[in-house]
Formats: sequence, structure tokens, C-alpha cells
Amino acid sequence: MSLTTGRGERDYADGNYVAIDAGWSDAPPRKGFFTDTSVCIGCKACEVACKEWNGVPEDGLNLLGSSYDNTGALGASTWRHVAFIEQARPMGRQDAGLAGLPVGPTATGSVNQVAANQVAANQVAAQMVAGEVSQLGTSTRAVELGMPSFELPGVRAEAGDRTDFRWLMSSDVCKHCTEAACLDVCPTGSLFRTEFGTVVVQDDICNGCGYCVPACPFGVIDRRIGEQGTKNVGIAQKCTLCYDRLGSGQTPACAQACPTESIQFGDVEELRERAATRLAALQAAGVSQARLYGEDPEDGIGGAGAMFLLLDEPEVYGLPPDPVVTTRHLAEMWHMAVAAAGTLLVGAAMSFIRGRR
Amino acid sequence: MQDLQNSDCIVIQGSNMAECHPVGFQWVMQAKARGATIIHVDPRFTRTTAVADMHVPLRAGSDIAFLGGIVNYILSNEKYFRDYVLAYTNAATMLREDFRDVDEVDGVFSGYDPETGTYDTSTWNYQGMPAQESAASGEESRSERAAGHEMGGHGASLEHGRVRRDETLTDPRCVFQVLKRHYARYTPEMVQEACGVPPEQFLKVCEAVTANSGRDRTTAWVYSVGWTHHSVGVQYIRGAAIIQLLLGNIGRPGGGIMALRGHASIQGSTDIPTLFNLLPGYLPMPKVGEHGDLRHYLATISSPDQKGFWTEADSYTVSLLKSFWGDAATADNDYCFDYLPRLTGDHGTYQTVMDMLEDTVEGYFLLGQNPAVGSAHGKMQRLAMAHLKWLVIKDLNMIESASFWKDSPEIDTGELVTKDIGTEVFFFPAASHVEKDGTFTQTQRMLQWHHKAVEPPGDCRSDLHFFFQLGRKLRERLARSTLDRDRPLLDLTWDYPVDDKGEPSADAILREINGFHLSGEKAGQPMSSFTEMKADGSTSGGCWIYTGVYADGVNQSARRKPGREQSWVAPEWGWAWPANRRTLYNRASADPDGKPWSERKAYVWWDEPAGRWTGHDVPDFPVDTAPSYRPPQGTGGPKGLAGDDPFIMQGDGKGWLYAPTGLLDGPLPAHYEPHESPVDNPFYRQQANPTRQVFRRKDNLSNPSAPEAHWEVFPFVFTTYRLTEHHTAGGMSRWLPYLSELQPEFFCEVSPELAAERGLQHGGWATVVTARTAIEARVLVTDRMVPLRVGGKTVHQIGLPYHWGVGGNALVTGDSANDLFGVTLDPNVHIQESKVASCDIRSGRRPTGPALLEYVKDYHRRAGITIYTGNDQRTPMPGVRLTRPEQDGAEGETGPRQGDPS
Repeated sequence: MSLTTGRGERDYADGNYVAIDAGWSDAPPRKGFFTDTSVCIGCKACEVACKEWNGVPEDGLNLLGSSYDNTGALGASTWRHVAFIEQARPMGRQDAGLAGLPVGPTATGSVNQVAANQVAANQVAAQMVAGEVSQLGTSTRAVELGMPSFELPGVRAEAGDRTDFRWLMSSDVCKHCTEAACLDVCPTGSLFRTEFGTVVVQDDICNGCGYCVPACPFGVIDRRIGEQGTKNVGIAQKCTLCYDRLGSGQTPACAQACPTESIQFGDVEELRERAATRLAALQAAGVSQARLYGEDPEDGIGGAGAMFLLLDEPEVYGLPPDPVVTTRHLAEMWHMAVAAAGTLLVGAAMSFIRGRR
Repeated sequence: MQDLQNSDCIVIQGSNMAECHPVGFQWVMQAKARGATIIHVDPRFTRTTAVADMHVPLRAGSDIAFLGGIVNYILSNEKYFRDYVLAYTNAATMLREDFRDVDEVDGVFSGYDPETGTYDTSTWNYQGMPAQESAASGEESRSERAAGHEMGGHGASLEHGRVRRDETLTDPRCVFQVLKRHYARYTPEMVQEACGVPPEQFLKVCEAVTANSGRDRTTAWVYSVGWTHHSVGVQYIRGAAIIQLLLGNIGRPGGGIMALRGHASIQGSTDIPTLFNLLPGYLPMPKVGEHGDLRHYLATISSPDQKGFWTEADSYTVSLLKSFWGDAATADNDYCFDYLPRLTGDHGTYQTVMDMLEDTVEGYFLLGQNPAVGSAHGKMQRLAMAHLKWLVIKDLNMIESASFWKDSPEIDTGELVTKDIGTEVFFFPAASHVEKDGTFTQTQRMLQWHHKAVEPPGDCRSDLHFFFQLGRKLRERLARSTLDRDRPLLDLTWDYPVDDKGEPSADAILREINGFHLSGEKAGQPMSSFTEMKADGSTSGGCWIYTGVYADGVNQSARRKPGREQSWVAPEWGWAWPANRRTLYNRASADPDGKPWSERKAYVWWDEPAGRWTGHDVPDFPVDTAPSYRPPQGTGGPKGLAGDDPFIMQGDGKGWLYAPTGLLDGPLPAHYEPHESPVDNPFYRQQANPTRQVFRRKDNLSNPSAPEAHWEVFPFVFTTYRLTEHHTAGGMSRWLPYLSELQPEFFCEVSPELAAERGLQHGGWATVVTARTAIEARVLVTDRMVPLRVGGKTVHQIGLPYHWGVGGNALVTGDSANDLFGVTLDPNVHIQESKVASCDIRSGRRPTGPALLEYVKDYHRRAGITIYTGNDQRTPMPGVRLTRPEQDGAEGETGPRQGDPS
């Protein structure tokens, strides 16, 4: 593969126009993930395999109280994150076995609130350790860690006795957007589009400016916080779709480790077809809330390289419902700014002209 | 394991398969994708349940009631597979007139001796069998208790010649009718009384299981230690066996009972055992006074009159002795049979720990085991190790069992004082599985070779290295000895090739296990099958069931042909014992005439023109025995098997709905409550297993159980389990940051209802208390836990993962759930009841230091606990006061048995 300097001779036949647009003349088909959350068993092998392969450091030995999730969220030292969501709702035709049992109201609401507080508090605490809070504009005062809650589960009436339950699990990852804002805003060229159509940070080029962090509509990329000696502290980090493994024809570590094929790796076009087939099968099986996420090239990010089959609203999994590339209006903004500057210039000039009079 | 993908329905019960066996669980997901129904019967909604079709929450320790209910449903609704049952099981076999069932003897089977808490099992036998000696009696009970396990591989010897059958299945003394009467009381309503499962939910399971069994469809049952760690664990599995035999699901694709073993090679560690009472290949360890010479020993394994392959035990045994002692083993010296140690009693783990407390055990080797955290009654384990003179630990990390002398919970309470402990601890760093060659024998009896990927760091060495070098050094020290007692060590074949680090060749050891011809034209060549083994000293083999793993001089366990390049049975992936057979008893996959029961479930069948059994798998049957073959009266061994006797390792060739011999606690599973339970047994006056092994000691107190007084001090049920993120007692996970961060703290899981009742706060702390100790855990309140309505009261269950421990230098530590358990054992296999007990739970943290002991003593006072509490094997008649010896005089001893007024 080689980079061409111009963009004149594009061949869309193989579908990997993101790479071709980035200047790869003979790019292979675009690679990505399809994460089918309906068969995820929450084993977290993906998290561990990712950290092992990529040398990502441990980032906190904290019990979050967020069901079985003690990872919290994607970040500089978490490139795969398995979310666990306990809900008092039915899963298709699954029988949760609650009928006829002496159960009261669900605890999922109050428990989730406690857990959310803990996740947020942990992030703040971690930032405080690294002395980054003031820099990021957050309060530097000690914070209430949120645990334990002083409201007993069941005290607040949560709409009668529970009749349904389901436990959702989903392994989240960088979406490798078609329109990737992180890449757009990177001033150093550290973030780049690979020949596989993925978005990768080059550690040795990143200067830690952090522009990419607020640019990501998913909150995926982050600068690594850690004690002195930790690898790549201050550098923006995220999933590379195992660029090094792809380069030698191997499957990314997470997909390789997944025992139930919840994480599937392959050509994005084919994965889209697989996702559609699987969605149809699930809906036929009564899982009416099943939906795809990130598979649509018409969405706000031009479609994701890593798409998902979800069993509920994206918000439930901590995903934005309608992500839009934050740099979408950049050109218009520039045009507006230029126009405004022009208007000002014209106005100023006019005043001179008028002043002469 | 991968045969699960061929199932039409999978019942996972006593197992959290997705969490504890996530890789194997892919086959369940495959089955589900093909349309199978997945049912999870479990106290908790787990990651397994999350992807199942149906959750059946039940009370921990009530599984026999549930399984018995299914048996009753099958029998009373005529849902059994009649052709299969009649031909392949012992349903038609007639039982002795003097057998009495539990309903006739007030909750125990005939032959119960309340003085010893054991059975004389002779009345359980088939009609026409000679009377047997009592399985356990009087003075010999301790030694005899090991008997059940020895026979575990194959059942006791059984002469089939005089078995009488009633082909109409109507005689009141035939197994079928006995079974029907025994389970008649296990109605859906009674299932609810015992298990807390509403009848509608229970019937859904019955319907799914029966609708997915028969000629065209098969159902599989999956269990793990959620079934075995009980005082009635063996009977749980018998319960599943009865169901699967009645439904015709044994020996067929997608059927069977899948026993998921707990570790990578725990199956291997029973095949070539680390168990005290077994020799390789499930041959029993000889006993003192009973197995004087080889002839007597062999006579107790099998009778020449019985059917099947156990009649060849002489070949297996002599070949084993030749592999141990080589040229020193000759016909003249009984092939060195006298070199084998003789059992003098129970030398199981827990008995050994109690012996340590008596200072009769000087030293202890711990390899791949962390009893300070992983065994029941952690305090007893730790206190016992402080009595040792020396302790050798070989592990990947400095586990709690290696550091108990300085930082165990007992140091904190003052029960142990470091300077008073004389135990010398030797720590040897171990090589991990990627740092050495060898095999894993996994859960489906499959050996898979693993190659060394990297050199072990520093002084880390394999376990093979340790034992080989230890043996070498011992032999050097004794080289000039002329004492007879040293001959067994000096005559051992102990000459494996080693590499430059002194590592013996794992490959050479696998060859030795496979075995080879010693003489004749094939001398030196590896054997391909155990059928080549001879009893005349001309063959050597380290484990008869493994013979063939080195067939044709090729390491068959190293085969890794991808599934897509071979048949769906995938016989060229690894090697499964015996004879690379993937499904045992697969003759039963064909009908009595040798034709597949259906096209869809065809597996092994009789090829009439060729005159042989053939099919997708290696037939598990004498390959040229025609379906129509009937042996002449009195024929023993493989030729004694009729053409329709698929269960070739059973003495009568049939699957046992009813176990006439081999078990010490009953021929049929009956529901008994756990040793500690807040629930009255709804079926029988007898509360718990009347033959469970109890230890009346001041350091092993039990909670009172209903109907005993003060049971309400411990009103809750708790169970323990593993999480995907950790490995058992944590030795392989709590030292690793990538695993520790995923589950950093010990927690308890409680329902919202229990949280409200006890004021437990999500994310806060709770203290869990039993008669042994009190531990603290963070609280997870979750809808995944539910209260149950059992016996007219609400029963709350508490979930406790057992991975954490106090002390050591792990990244994450915490109180150990196993500290809550006492030691009470299943009589057949001496396994501890560590999956269920009763407890109390309080909000907040536990006291520390000596105050913890006072806190627990207060519970003892409130519950009136003595060494007798909960420890009556036979439940006393209501209102009868038993006379007890002075308690103080009984410390550290087993109290005398009290008589049973009934």
C-alpha cells in the first residue's frame, strides 16, 4: 500500500472509500467490528485480551456497584468496556421466573443511581490524583463518593412488584467513525486514517494537546492519567482495532478472545449484512426492541466501522442516541467566520472611505 | 462438550456455565442459535441465565426434590421412552423382597444402623444376588467409608447371571414400580414446598424436557460443583441419571449428563489421581487387612462372572505395576503388589486436616491449591497448618496458605501467634502452563497437548520437575539402603530424559502412561488400545484408560485439525479416553436391533453386511457383537455382554435407574435437607442425609437447623460460587492487575427484599455470620436475587463469591466466604457441603481482633450451640430428649452415638 499525494484517482469498488479518501491508493476492504450484544455473556475476555495485547495499564481497583461492571467507561486505559445493565423489563420471550414469587418492587432504579454516582466520583477522584481537575475546569474540592446510598432500595415505591427482569451486557469500543472528529481536529497528524479505514493514534507524534477529547461524540478517546512511569501518560489513547495485528493478517485481540462470537471482526460491508440478518432473526424471535447502532452510512458520523446490535435504546448502554460528528459544521463555521471577517473588513474599509469624506 | 450443540434442550442446573466455563459455553450458544431451549435452574440470575430462555430460581440444596418431581412427572404422564427403558435400563430387574423404601422406614432405607449412621446395603440388591457384607459397620466404619469412592468408577462387582426381570414392568418388586412408588410423593406442589418453585414454572420445565426427548430429539443436563459440593451430592447426579435414562438421553448425540469440571485438568487429576483412595484408571487403592495379595485385590474389583470390561482388571493392574516397577515386578513377587501402600482409613483432605490438629501429620505438600481460602472452614485449615513441622508450597504466587503464619485472620484475633508457630514453610515458584509442555485432560475426558511457549522465569519450574527431582534426591539418599521398606522407592522406573534445566520430558511420561509391549515381536512398541494389555507381565501401561493416546507412536493429544476439515464429531482434535471415543455408551444411540432411533439422531449403528458396529464415533461396544447376540448363561467379561447391553462397564450391562450396589447413602435419591437449613424437610421426618459424615468438635460447630430449637438465629440461606473474572481461591487472578481490576472486592448479593428487611445498603457493608465465624462484604442489592416461598415461609438467599482471602501479598484481598462453612461431608466421596448453609446477615462491618471471637460466641449463646447441634445423623423423634455426655469432655473428639428411639 502506498499513499498518493493527490485524490484524483479514487476507486470506490472495494468500498473502502474512507481509506482512499485519506490517500491510500490500494487499500484493502474496510475492516471493523460487529458487536452482537444479544450473545454477549459478559465474560470481559475482550477487556483483558485488549489490555494484554496493547500493554494498556490497569486503571483502578474500585468496586463501582454498577452490577458486574467495575470498569466504568471507555478511556485512555480502557479500550474495551463491557457494560452490565440490570432492568426490570422483559427480554423477548425469555422467562425470568418471577411469576408467583414473593417479590416486591425492583431495586434497579435506586441501585443504578448509586452506581452512576460512583462511576462519576471515581473519574473525578482519578483526575484529582493526576492534578488535572482544575485544568479540565472541574471542581478541585473533595467530592462525595456516592457510596453508600442512604436510600434503601425498595423504600421508594417503584411501581409495584417486579414481574420482569433482564440483564443486558455489551462490549463497547471506539466506533472508528467514517467521519471522525478526533482525526479532523488533531493538529499534529498523530491521529490518522489507516489503510483498513480505521482511526489510530501514533503515540510518538501525539503532543497531548487534548483537542480530540471533546471532539469525540462518544467520549471514547482520552488522555492517559497515571503516575510517573506509566506508559504514555498525557498521550491521547484509544482502540487501534489492533492495527499491528491487522497488518499481519490477524484478528484483533478482543474478537479473537470472544468465546461466543459476540464480537465479530471482518469487512465492514459484510458485517453490515450479518448485522441485518441477525436483527431480523432476533425480531422474529420476539425481541422487538433489538436494533442496530452505527451501521447506517447516512447517520451523523457517516456510519461506524464498529457497529452494534443493541437490545434497548442506546442511552441505556451509555451511547449517544444520535451521534453527530462534532466537526460537521466546521466548514460552514469557517465560511461564516470568513464572511463575518469579510463583513468587518468591508465595514472597516467603508468607515475609512467614509472618514475620508 | 461440543456435542451440546446437537441438543434440542439444555438444562443447566448446579452450574453457572457461562461464567465458570465461558469457552465451553460457546456450544450452548450454538445450540441456542440452532433453536434449542436453554433452561437455567439456579438460586441466582447469573450471566448464564442472561442468555437462557428460562430461569427457574430454586432454593439452594433442594435439587433432589426438583429432579424427583420431574421423574414423577415422566412416570405418571407416561412420558418415558419405553423401548429404551425396557431394553437398556434395569427398569425390569426384580429387587429383593426385604428392600424397604424411605416411605416405609420413616425417612431412611432398609439397613440403616443409627449407632454408626451407616447402611447395611445388602437388602438393596437385585433378587437372586448373594447376600453381601455390610458396606460399613462398627469398628471398621472409618476405613470402610472410603469404599464408596473406590467403587465410584464402576460400581461394585455384580454377578449378572441370576438377575431376574419382569418385561411387563408391572411386578411391584421390579425397579420400575419401586421407582414409581418412591417418587409418587414428588408432586408439583411438593416441589414448591421444598424448592420454592411455583408449579406452573416447574411444569414448564417438565414439558420442555419431555417434548425434547425421544427418538428424534435429545435433551442434555449440565452440572458442576453446584451439585457436587453437598452432603447428598452423589445423589443429585443420580437424580439426573434417572431422568436421562427414562427419557432415553444417554449415549446419544445431544444427550447425556455433562459434568463440568472446575479446572483445566481436574478431570486428569481423577483419571491419574491425586485422590488418596484411587490408583490410575479408577483402580481402587488396596486396603489393609483386605487386600493381602493381588489375587484378593482383583477379586474385589470384579467378579469373573460379571459382564463388561472390568473383568479385565487383572491386565490393567499388572500393566500398571509393570509401569511403576519395571523389571522388578515379576509374576513371582505378585508384580510388586506389596509395594503399594495400604489404606488404613479415610485420608481425604478434611480428615488429614483434622489429623494435623492432632499432630499426627508432620508435613504437607500444596501444589496448585490454596486451602486457606479455597477449602471449607478456612480457620480449621489455617490452624491445622500451624501444627505442621514443614509445609511445601509450590505456586505461581505467595498465596495465603504460604503466609498464614504472619497475616491470617487468626493472627488478628490472637488465635495464632507468629512466634509460637513452628512450621517451616518452603516456597517453590511454579512454571505456568505456557512455560511447560504437557497435557490438559478437560471436562469431556479429552487430552489436549500444550507446548511450552516461553521459558519459565528465574527459579520457576514445572511440577513434573519438582517431583522428578524430589524422587531422584530421595533415591540418592537411600541408594545404599538394604531395608525392604525402601525397595518400592529404589525399584521405581525413574529414568526420564531431562533437558539442560533438569526438566523431565513430558512427552516421555505420556508414552509411559500410554504403555507399550515389553516382550514378543512388538516389544518396545506403544500399545494402541487397552485391549492389548496382558496380565502376564508382557505389557506396561501407566493408566489403562489412556492407552491409545500414543497409538502408532504418535502423540494423538497434539492433534489440532480444524473442525471444518473433519466430521462433525471432530475425532481428530486432541484425543479422548477411552479409545478416542467422544460419547460413552453410544451403543444406546441405536435401537435394540442396531438401527438408529431416528435419522436425525443417528450416531452409531450395526452394519449388518459387514457384521460390525460403525458410525460417526468409535463404537462403545465389542465391535463384532451383533445386536441379536445373547451370551450363554454364566459367560463373564466382554463376551458376557448381550447385543443389547449398552452399558458395558456395569455388571449387568444396563443403565441403572436404581443402584443396587456402590452407593453408601441409598439406592435412589431422596430429598434430604442440607446439613444446615432453616427449612423442615417436607418429605420425611429425617431432616438431612442420615449417613453424612459429621464431626462433633468444638472447632467445627454447626448452626441449628429446623426443626431444632433456635434455627431462627440463622434464618437465611447462602451459597458460594465463582465469577468469570477470578480463578477459584485467587492464586491465578488476584495477583494479576487485569483481572483484579474487573472484580476488585468481595461482595455479597442480596435481593431488594432482604436489603429492606435487614437495612442493607447498596455499596455499603454487611456482616455474614455462622457458627464458625463472621465475615464482611460489600453489598450488591440486585433484582437477580429473589426471595422464595418455601414451607409457608419466605426464604432469603445470599450469594457469596469465594475468591478473596485475608493476608498474602495479592493486589486485592478480602474476607473469605469459605470461612463460613464447617466440615460436613458426603459419605460416598468425602466432599464437603460448601454450596449451601444457613447464616445471619447484618448491616455494617464486623468487629476486628479478639472482639470478633466474642461476637461469634454471642451467636453460640443465643442459638444454644454445642458440638451436638445439627450433628444428629438420624433426626430425633419430636419431643425426645437425648442424653449427652458432658460437652467439655468431648473436645476434639467424635462424641459417642446416641440411640435412636425409633
